[in-house]
Amino acid sequence: MAPSAQIVINRVNHLYRPQHGRDVLALDQVSLEVGNREFVALLGPSGCGKSTLLYLIGGFLPVETGTILIDGKKVTGPGPDRGIVFQHFALFPWKTVRGNILYGLERQGMPKAEREKRTMDFIELVGLAGFEDSYPSQLSGGMKQRTAIARTLAIDPKILLMDEPFGALDAQTRGLMQSELLRIWQRTPKTVIFVTHDVQEAVYLADRVAVMSARPGRIKTIVETKFDKDNRDILKSKLFVEKVDEIWNLVKEEAIKAQQKRSFSQEAEP
Amino acid sequence: MNETGNALLRYLPLVLLAIAWEAVSRFGLVSSSALPSLSDVVRAWIDLVKDGELITNGLASLYRAAAGLALSIALGSVLGIFMAWWRPVNVLISPIVEIFYPLPKSALIPVTVIWLGFGDGSKILLIFLGCMLPVTIGAFNGARSSEQVLVWSARCMGASRLRTLWDVVLPSAMPELLNGIRTALALSFILLVSSELIVAQKGFGFLIGFLGANGNYDAMYAVVLTVAFLGFAADRIYLLITERALAWRAS
Repeated sequence: MAPSAQIVINRVNHLYRPQHGRDVLALDQVSLEVGNREFVALLGPSGCGKSTLLYLIGGFLPVETGTILIDGKKVTGPGPDRGIVFQHFALFPWKTVRGNILYGLERQGMPKAEREKRTMDFIELVGLAGFEDSYPSQLSGGMKQRTAIARTLAIDPKILLMDEPFGALDAQTRGLMQSELLRIWQRTPKTVIFVTHDVQEAVYLADRVAVMSARPGRIKTIVETKFDKDNRDILKSKLFVEKVDEIWNLVKEEAIKAQQKRSFSQEAEP
Repeated sequence: MNETGNALLRYLPLVLLAIAWEAVSRFGLVSSSALPSLSDVVRAWIDLVKDGELITNGLASLYRAAAGLALSIALGSVLGIFMAWWRPVNVLISPIVEIFYPLPKSALIPVTVIWLGFGDGSKILLIFLGCMLPVTIGAFNGARSSEQVLVWSARCMGASRLRTLWDVVLPSAMPELLNGIRTALALSFILLVSSELIVAQKGFGFLIGFLGANGNYDAMYAVVLTVAFLGFAADRIYLLITERALAWRAS
């Protein structure tokens, strides 16, 4: 898919420089190509640099070695073509659900009537009608994440970056949110890069799963995981369970390596 | 009804104190020049209001406090936020803040008088200098605690770096900043009255000193009580405003 790839990551290194202690190589020669409207999961043990890679694509951290191209253009900073959803929601606590979603549309210079309408549409899309005037502190974790997803989708980014978005939710809510994300993604297809350490989640959601090695992070293997996702019962099928098993074995080695490394040196995660 | 009852019960100790005060001076347990009876003080207060003395001097004082405080809030917030946002500003300013912080600001009274004379200017400058520190420190600590992911979120929704200062850093800093302003509010009353006591031709502090020097103790106490009440009322109103402004926080 080389010429048509939307995101091209070419031999990217990233050095994490803590205020105290030695520098740590977080990413080592990472290359990855993601096609238009493809759903790719980045899977790996904690500390492998998968979130760092996401932040580099988002333009939040500077790309020092290697290049990241989006539609052929170098990433130099954050922009509204890439929306991001964080594990801990990152909602503005002083704004209501409505205010949070309106904010991005305001920054995009959308006229008032239009942005009010669009905001209500997205509140409905994520099933939060009736909660538009609630503050984040009054919402459950699942509702906060729905708000964050609505806020990001409302500005219609071409690329959706998701940093363990369901990692802070309980198991039932997580399952519901996964199905809902797929439903929304099928309605408004976008390129998605989804960071997770949950193998089943990665296999269920993504078209391809990129398995990352323990620090320094490299792309170890890429596994095709296309399934018919309309039916959540797929999770119980033999084919699916085998796929999860196959990938789990790849991750397990890395998780063990990561643990051994951690017990040798207590390095902070970037 | 119940709420009013609770409020009454809460301030019962004040009522008891007032009764004790009245009794102590009525029965001659202390001399009336050291502590005039409360009823005499109230009578003196009414006279002071009637002849306009309390109002004229009060307005002069409130103007000075408000002007000094407003300046300190405006400059202190900006300075604190820029200190947190931009390292060179922090490197430049923080040693100055550290040295200046423990200095009793009343020591600056003669200095401000030398600079700006006996009128409003010297009081406003003193209150401004004294109140700026708690505001700056509140804004600085608050802004430093603003979360990286919130700034990033705003950035990828199209906010410029400078814009995130206003949209993310300032509201993040608000709880600590409002706390700093509360300290500044109390400090402004202290600095106001002490500077007016030493050199002034009008104001609450001037009135207290003038009445005391002339042996008019009933009226002197009346002014002292007025200042105490105003300080209390200002703090209560401020707390109400703060609660409103921070309604978004978890209750």
